[in-house]
Amino acid sequence: MTSRKVEIGVGLFVALAFVSLLMMALKVADQGMSGNGETYNLYAKFDNIGGLKPRSAVKVGGVVIGRVGEIELDPEDYTPVVTLVISADYRDFPDTSSVSILTSGLLGEQFVGFHPGFSFDGIETLAEGDFIADTKSALVLEDLIGQFLFSKDNDE
Amino acid sequence: MEFFAKLGRSTLNAFATTGRAFFVLVGAIIARPQLIKNTPLVIKQIYIVGVQSLLIVGVSGLFIGMVMALQGYTVLVDYGAEDSLGPMVALSLLRELGPVVTALLFAGRAGSALTAEIGLMKATEQLSSLEMMAIDPLRRVIAPRFWAGVISMPMLAIIFSSIGILGGHLVGVDWLGVDSGSYWSIMQASVDFNDDVLNGVIKSLVFAFVVTWIAVFRGYDLVPTSEGISAATTQTVVHSSLAVLGLDFVLTALMFGTN
Repeated sequence: MTSRKVEIGVGLFVALAFVSLLMMALKVADQGMSGNGETYNLYAKFDNIGGLKPRSAVKVGGVVIGRVGEIELDPEDYTPVVTLVISADYRDFPDTSSVSILTSGLLGEQFVGFHPGFSFDGIETLAEGDFIADTKSALVLEDLIGQFLFSKDNDE
Repeated sequence: MEFFAKLGRSTLNAFATTGRAFFVLVGAIIARPQLIKNTPLVIKQIYIVGVQSLLIVGVSGLFIGMVMALQGYTVLVDYGAEDSLGPMVALSLLRELGPVVTALLFAGRAGSALTAEIGLMKATEQLSSLEMMAIDPLRRVIAPRFWAGVISMPMLAIIFSSIGILGGHLVGVDWLGVDSGSYWSIMQASVDFNDDVLNGVIKSLVFAFVVTWIAVFRGYDLVPTSEGISAATTQTVVHSSLAVLGLDFVLTALMFGTN
């Protein structure tokens, strides 16, 4: 009933479709960072996260070391708590490290800049579940303009 | 009075057609599907509607990707944002153009052929002969063609999108000089597998269902004359194109509208 040519054709067709789907998954959508590979979570409290979104990058000096996981509001003091999902390849950051929310370029998307602190003797390293104490919030343009006008008023 | 009679007649006709369309659908796929017995027939139909549509789908995908890269580049370069070419090409292909253009091409290439084939079977009374031999033509003729269409089109759409993205790479990176690394990496940062790729596949599944249904129903339901076959083939292409474009808006609003 079904000739060999038909079977080969359908087989190639299905294989091509799978290759395309695989290309979508690996090359186009990149499941790499969040999908597989070991990670650990750090937490950071900000006053204002600006336009930060889940899956934004976490960078040290421009190198992506992880992604933003969940963003939630702390029910007690109403400040945003950001979960940073860091790749397990990058561990043992000192306790004195700081994070700030930065913008790539003038109109680019926002990411979390991670600044490793100095490590002295007796400084502990960050591990799963730790809070990063030293945080700098996102710059909100309206606040900046407000401060500028306010300081100008004071000068006169 | 004549006006009301006309209005009533066309309303009743519309309802009767919808009813017959559901009858064909239920008879072909829902009532007692014979998976094992029908598999060779389905494979043969996948070859006819799917594999033989590969050429037109592949070539259209390549050129649509290339044209989008070219057009997108001329606009984006004014803002120094030509690095965003990758996500622009990938997102518009995955979310919209892949499913929609594949469905339109499929309606023209395979849907019209299905209608004409089934219609000629009806006109030459092959369907009646099958019934004389106690073989249900809905299950022997309609069901394999229906399943072949539903299976083939999502695969064609995903092939269309990947070839289009490679075509965009060809023009954007190899010809216009966008950096290859940023083409892929910014694309990876902004395309989400579940939100974009899978939603595109779901879209093309819905289109596949609708287009194949219209095609087989128009063939099964036509007036068995030469005019009837030509009218039904035209109706297949027109109705499935309209249905695809209308449904696309609804699906886009549901999937991407609220965020």
